[in-house]
Amino acid sequence: MNAHSIIGKDIPRTDGRAKATGQAIYADDIKLPGMLHGKLLRSPLPHARILSIDTRRAASMPGVHCIITGQDIPRVTYGNWRLFPGTQDEYALAMDKVRFIGDEVAAVAAVDRDAAEAAIEQIKVEYEELPGVFDVASALATGAPVVHDTSPTNISIDRKIAYGDIDAGFAASDYVREDTFTVHAVSHAYMEPCACVAQSDLDGRITLWTSTQTPYIVQCLLASTLNMRENDIRVIKPNVGGGFGGKMELRPWEFCAAFMARQTGRPVKFTLTREEELAFGRRRHPMTVRSKVGFKNDGTLVAKDLHIYLDGGAYNAMGPTATFLSGNFGAMLYRYPNYRYLGEHVYTNKPPASAMRGFGAPQTLFAAETQMNIAAEELGIDPVEIRLKNAMVSGDELPGVATISSCGFIESLKEVRRISGWSRKRKTLKPGRGVGIGCYSFISGGVFNWFNTQYPFSAAEIRAFDDGTVHLLTMASDIGQGSDTVLKQILAETLGLRMEDVRLTAADTAMTPQADLGTWGSRVTLMAGNAVLDAAGKIKERLAGAVSARFDLNVIFDIEFADGRVFAAGKPDRGMTFGEAVAFVQKTQRGEPLVARGSYTPRGKGLVSPAFSFGAQVAEVKVDTDTGLVQVEKMWTAHDCGTVLNPMAVEGQLEGSVQMGLGYALSEQFVMDGGKTLNTTFLDYKIPNAADMPPGESVCIDTFEPEGPMGAKEAGEGLVSPTAPAIAEAVFHATGYRCKDLPITPEKVLKGLGKL
Amino acid sequence: MKHDISLTVNGDTYHLSVEPWRTLNEVLREDLNLTGTKLGCGSGDCGACTVMVDGKSVSSCLTLAVEMDGRQILTVEGLAPSGETLHPIQEAFIEKGAIQCGFCTPGMELSALNLLKTNPSPSDAQIRSAISGNLCRCTGYNKIVDAIAEAGRRIKHPSKARR
Repeated sequence: MNAHSIIGKDIPRTDGRAKATGQAIYADDIKLPGMLHGKLLRSPLPHARILSIDTRRAASMPGVHCIITGQDIPRVTYGNWRLFPGTQDEYALAMDKVRFIGDEVAAVAAVDRDAAEAAIEQIKVEYEELPGVFDVASALATGAPVVHDTSPTNISIDRKIAYGDIDAGFAASDYVREDTFTVHAVSHAYMEPCACVAQSDLDGRITLWTSTQTPYIVQCLLASTLNMRENDIRVIKPNVGGGFGGKMELRPWEFCAAFMARQTGRPVKFTLTREEELAFGRRRHPMTVRSKVGFKNDGTLVAKDLHIYLDGGAYNAMGPTATFLSGNFGAMLYRYPNYRYLGEHVYTNKPPASAMRGFGAPQTLFAAETQMNIAAEELGIDPVEIRLKNAMVSGDELPGVATISSCGFIESLKEVRRISGWSRKRKTLKPGRGVGIGCYSFISGGVFNWFNTQYPFSAAEIRAFDDGTVHLLTMASDIGQGSDTVLKQILAETLGLRMEDVRLTAADTAMTPQADLGTWGSRVTLMAGNAVLDAAGKIKERLAGAVSARFDLNVIFDIEFADGRVFAAGKPDRGMTFGEAVAFVQKTQRGEPLVARGSYTPRGKGLVSPAFSFGAQVAEVKVDTDTGLVQVEKMWTAHDCGTVLNPMAVEGQLEGSVQMGLGYALSEQFVMDGGKTLNTTFLDYKIPNAADMPPGESVCIDTFEPEGPMGAKEAGEGLVSPTAPAIAEAVFHATGYRCKDLPITPEKVLKGLGKL
Repeated sequence: MKHDISLTVNGDTYHLSVEPWRTLNEVLREDLNLTGTKLGCGSGDCGACTVMVDGKSVSSCLTLAVEMDGRQILTVEGLAPSGETLHPIQEAFIEKGAIQCGFCTPGMELSALNLLKTNPSPSDAQIRSAISGNLCRCTGYNKIVDAIAEAGRRIKHPSKARR
């Protein structure tokens, strides 16, 4: 067997040159002849009935071509949980009621942005303001205002998981601990604000270029909301400037662009401002996490009872998935023989929360890992030791939910202890300095088919050419994480070609094979990678047959693919170039090109994910006890992401996770006044900059995931979770202040130390 | 009322008539179709719109086009000496993995240029300070810092630093 020549190497991303030179095209860079500019009118009130909308004055303004309100569009709700239509609770434009400040009420298309903005200001909306609910407690109170009539309790969905015997578990515990943790909303803060351009073709079909992670989902939901057929909608993903979960639904501006393009016969572009993104955009779920755990005196876990309220904001968005996954993440990492979970997703009159990197894990694991650290402290056991005692291993099961295949958790714990100098630092650091640990496990894509796709979860098509090149077509969506490069690596390695021999067309729903559910839940490498391998296997079989026939080889001979050649194993002279082999196959089929399709859908893998990654992280902090300021001095990470397909890309994911985790722990939060978001610029919403970043050191644990392409699984999304609990524990170690309410602000530290 | 201006961008001189409220960013992206310069926030907080004006980096979203009359502007499209050859900063960004989604990249590269043209051997802290006005949400900055240090070495010793 050949050693890998491309897999496992620091291959620079293949779109690097286009991005470095400014030639990469993002949605807002697209300009079409006759294009109009769209603008949304949003609700200024968090909860109100719409009594009337008067667009007459706005419509008469110069340059205005189209104005639409809820009354002009099909009365069709949408939402990603297509499997359960009752969860689809959004209209592209408000029909009768607005439910958050920023809810879309009307849209204008005009000759330029200035004209569109001027017209928006002239639309008169008469509202009857209703009392609102702005947190879980007030939403659940008796007689609380109801956000959606379909959910009179304001609980839109709940999810239960239970196994073992929870009461017997606590009865058998020596030590039982109950805590309530609260975690806050944060912004994806992708650098590219959302944008799209829609065009109505000559034959009435729609083409939409949009900054999305999920072209197929947008295609399907746009079709249903426009009352069109799916195949009449073409969604093309240009370069996307980050998503992190925030660009995986149909959005009102996509609908409005398409609808108005059809009405006007002219292309329509929408580009959001940063203020719109921060004030009205999707965000990570705030949660209230009540967790009760039971241990034996020696630190062995016996039982866990977890109850989570998710503050969902005004619509379900991806909230149902977060409700489902939070219960799964609450059961991960350690063996809980008796486990019970209840998650409840609560409507409030705030911008909807939705999917964001980690998807329930950052919140749930902040609680679980902090509670583990509290228990270690109270039981007098080292935090790493108590984790080693309870750590999941390969073969462990969450009954009825998931089975753990590859698992390098114990190795991760031991490695991070070693590289961080944990044992010494826990004993010898001076007051004001501390080290803490946090751990994570994460999914490699989801199994549960909430979108109710009728296609495979991922698909690939390969066309082989007699010039020795191949063309890979896939709907997998690179939004910056580097999947285009990794899929090319997988294909080039498998066929024995070079990176430059692979041409890629991706994420165009009219051209790339049906289907792919998109980029979320760390599914792309595993699922699209497997689809590519499936298709590549079929190409190889045909080419191997050609070489076997040409050289009259015994059928038992293996055929190898390396260095652009196809040849009998151990007899390189009995073979031909890849291109010659393709030409041979093509001759045998009288000119028909050599094409193969492959796909992947997880089967027999439980409800959650085909594979799980694991890891552990240690933070060292310095706390100024006069100002309460926490400075992270260094981060150490050991993680198990299976085979590392591209070390440089994995490092990039890890380092990016630390930035997002650091912001979540210390500096990022939305400041709300009722339903109003007050901090709507990057000056007031503080994501860490280059000078804020601590140095880091990391180790990849060598495991092989049998379900993953070449042994790979998730890398980088789960890593956003351990940072906050690790920093919180380090702050406790440094000062004795235990944070159970993120973020760890100087004010909270000082209060915790009795100085405020 | 529109104002007549002429500005030179990447060596090409343009004569334009612009409203006094329009920004350099709008003129570059919309009038000149130089879409390599991005707009990330519109309030000078993210650095995605960074360009060079008369050799100094500025936020093009906070710069009025009318102020640019007679100025020399460099955008990311003018960084590479030719379509075939890249600038050492661009090479280093690609090779060191400093690019993920790429939206911050043009602004980041121009802030790097602003630093390296006066200090080709910056310390880690100097690099971090020089790009602290350029936000990135993907990379965690480390590989960008590495790339800028490497680009400095290549600018100083063009042959030696090559791989």
